[in-house]
Amino acid sequence: MSVGAPRSLASSGQKPIAEILHPLSAAEEQLSVTVGGDKEAGLTNGTPVETSSPASTSSLLNRLQLDDDLEADIRDPYAEAAETRDLFVTVDDPKKHVSTMETYITYRVSTKTSRVEFDLPEYCVRRRYQDFDWLRIKLEDSQPTHLIPPLPEKFVMKGVVDRFSEDFVETRMKALDKFLKRVADHPVLSFNPHLNTFLTTKDLNKRQGLALLSKVGESVKHVAGGYKLRARPAEFGAMGEYLDTFNQKLGTIDRIAQRILKEQSEYLTELREYGTVYSSWAGSEDELRRPLEGVGGCVTTCCGALEDLGDGMSQDILPVLREYVLYIESMKSVLRKRDQSQAEYEGRLEAAVLRKQEDRTPMPLEVEKCQDKVECFNADLKADWERWQSNKRHDFKQLLTGMADKNINHYEKCQAAWESLITLLQDKQTEDKTSETN
Amino acid sequence: MSLLNSYRVCPGHWTLGPDIKGVWSRCLTPEDHHDTQVLMMPEMLLSHIDLSLRFLPMLCGVTAQMLEEGSTLLRRMEICVAEAEKRNGKNTVNMQETFTVYLVETRPMDAVAEGRNQAPDSLWRRYSEFELLRNYLLVTYPYIVVPPLPEKRAEFVWHKLSADNMDPDFVERRRVGLENFLLRVASHPVLSNDKILHHFLIEEHGWKEVVYETGFQAKADSRLRALSATFRVRNPDKRFMEMKHYSDELQSHTSQLLRARARVADRLYGVYKVHGNYGRVFSEWSAMEKEMGDGLQSAGHHMDAYAASIDDILEEEEHYADQLKEYLFYAEALRAVCRKHELTQFEFEMASQELVSKKQQHEELSTGIVRTFSFKGMTNKLFGQEAPEQREARLKLLEDLIAEGEEDVQEKTVECGEHVERAWVDMHRFKEQKDKDLREALINYAVMQISMCKKGIQMWSNAKECFLKM
Repeated sequence: MSVGAPRSLASSGQKPIAEILHPLSAAEEQLSVTVGGDKEAGLTNGTPVETSSPASTSSLLNRLQLDDDLEADIRDPYAEAAETRDLFVTVDDPKKHVSTMETYITYRVSTKTSRVEFDLPEYCVRRRYQDFDWLRIKLEDSQPTHLIPPLPEKFVMKGVVDRFSEDFVETRMKALDKFLKRVADHPVLSFNPHLNTFLTTKDLNKRQGLALLSKVGESVKHVAGGYKLRARPAEFGAMGEYLDTFNQKLGTIDRIAQRILKEQSEYLTELREYGTVYSSWAGSEDELRRPLEGVGGCVTTCCGALEDLGDGMSQDILPVLREYVLYIESMKSVLRKRDQSQAEYEGRLEAAVLRKQEDRTPMPLEVEKCQDKVECFNADLKADWERWQSNKRHDFKQLLTGMADKNINHYEKCQAAWESLITLLQDKQTEDKTSETN
Repeated sequence: MSLLNSYRVCPGHWTLGPDIKGVWSRCLTPEDHHDTQVLMMPEMLLSHIDLSLRFLPMLCGVTAQMLEEGSTLLRRMEICVAEAEKRNGKNTVNMQETFTVYLVETRPMDAVAEGRNQAPDSLWRRYSEFELLRNYLLVTYPYIVVPPLPEKRAEFVWHKLSADNMDPDFVERRRVGLENFLLRVASHPVLSNDKILHHFLIEEHGWKEVVYETGFQAKADSRLRALSATFRVRNPDKRFMEMKHYSDELQSHTSQLLRARARVADRLYGVYKVHGNYGRVFSEWSAMEKEMGDGLQSAGHHMDAYAASIDDILEEEEHYADQLKEYLFYAEALRAVCRKHELTQFEFEMASQELVSKKQQHEELSTGIVRTFSFKGMTNKLFGQEAPEQREARLKLLEDLIAEGEEDVQEKTVECGEHVERAWVDMHRFKEQKDKDLREALINYAVMQISMCKKGIQMWSNAKECFLKM
């Protein structure tokens, strides 16, 4: 906190991330005012989340006592969510649509829910990438203080990537599924009415809405600009640094994975050639024909296994790595927005203080609103950060174990092939033995 | 002893018994190293050569011959090439050079049988002396497929392998190869009785002189002669031609395989080593994580171990390559026997032709009938017959030549026939040996692959455990 900020308006900025809990899940004196009061300023519209707001002091105390449990839950939302989840979404079944104007792919979005916000318990709609993009923009603009999960890349270079190839569609669909699941699991975002619309409406009439909203989005950015941030609270600075370093590491891991794929592909080429030499040698032998053909066959099997490994890596592992890079970008932009709103608040506050000193006018409402906004932003961001960290841990655990599994699987296939060859040759040997001793 | 139990001994056959998997896995454990030192067999005692698994197949090939008829040297004597050392000395042009010498140790078999721990006799030999021995054998026994020496220079190298003759790994592999050569020669039913060979094993000094004294170099067929025979021979034995064709095939396939294998090894090396980068980045990443840190760090170590594991794997595979190389060079020895046949057959044909021509001349001269065009015939027609005394002289000369010619043909027939007979026996022996050895080499290779897969599974499973703890 900068020295210039007046003490009367304390902020949650000083405390480390771990100790600050989301206003909607735990209580702190300052924040409870915001929660109980005006819900406009940057907070989500609509109903509170399942962990209900601390309306009374007794529940406040309860909240405090349950701190540890809640902290643990926040770190692993999957544990909590698994028990209390009441919204399930899936993206699958890609289909190609050909019209005179364009060709595109739609995906089936299935929803199962017990929430009252939804009229029916089940929904099934078809959506295309554009629709997901619309949803994301809507979420970003209506929940500017929250981290919105990223979408897979929008633009693909025609001619370089085949937009309708099975692999591409499969990869994109998995990413879209992940996006939607993350939104549905978010305690705040999942209650966003735009999400509701996306999941339920048969035909998204969005064109007008899209045009309008983008203008609104612009204006929001415009207002926030022009203010310079004095001092960023340490924890947000730490977040930014972490993201930068993590981005670097991800980049390195991506490069290593790509390099391995390349080396494996070159190895595969040589291995194929190697296998054929055995087979051609077998042609000029009699006793040795079987063993040579056997070895050639094993090598071919290993080639197949290696190919599968490579495919698995490029389809399942690499896209997830890249997606996290996008996630980092989203997070960084949210951090920037937070900085902006803090800068705005500080700027206005300074101006107001000066005026107060001059002509004793009371603190303008807009300054208070700004403060609220900053507080909310900080709180939301911290909660989302925790959630993001937890997701990241889970995702990477899954990713890396998946990678290990693929490699193990590859070796198992190869081992089985070689072992069966030895059995085969061994049997032949015992066959020969018995026929000779007879 | 445990190793032997898995071998079934049938007269004339050595094979790996039913428990082949068990055999190999037992061999791979260090505790068995002691057991593998001595293989005791009824009547036969193998040398206590350092039996690493890789040479078991070759040894099996060797022992098969031991049970054949004929007392082979190996029955009576234990042979091994124990060490290699660098020496400095003056060469033939009086210049300083560095070379490697190999220690050849021998011990009478009965000493081993009686358990007497007698110190072996030993002497030092250079590679060039082995070459000399082999060249002598090649010339002296042209009907034998003479076992090859390990390669003179490192070939079929992949990038990590050194092509330097002084490189310790190369020297070590050569030592093993030289030992293998001696064992093969000493267990050959014909070659093992050679005096020069015995001399080579026992007398360090003066051996070279003895070899040169045999005058074998003079007996060597000139290349030109041999090449000419190959082109001009009319009726070579079909079997030998087939065998020659086969030797070409064998050579072509083994060299192709060796080249392809080297390229594969190169690539595989790259794949494994790049994984080492994961180790580094996981380590760096773990430094900035709270809960994930430990898991990542340990996983990184396993990735490092994975990357390092390829070195041993590929070194092991070099021995497979050595086995293939032996047969690559054997193919050439086989071809040499076939070429010798072409030569003897050609010389027989030439001698026969010569004889026929002489007889024809004699006939013409004695009967006056000219059957074929000859210059003499023409001049006779043109200028008249020559004087009767001259004619008689020439007839006598021709008769002498014919007698010589007939002897010559007789000799060449025998030479050719003997060569065919003896060579056929040895080529058959060679074929059986080759089939056995290469079959076992292939099985050995499969075993190596399995071991590599198991290691890979182990490492990735370890890494997976760490990931799960993240």
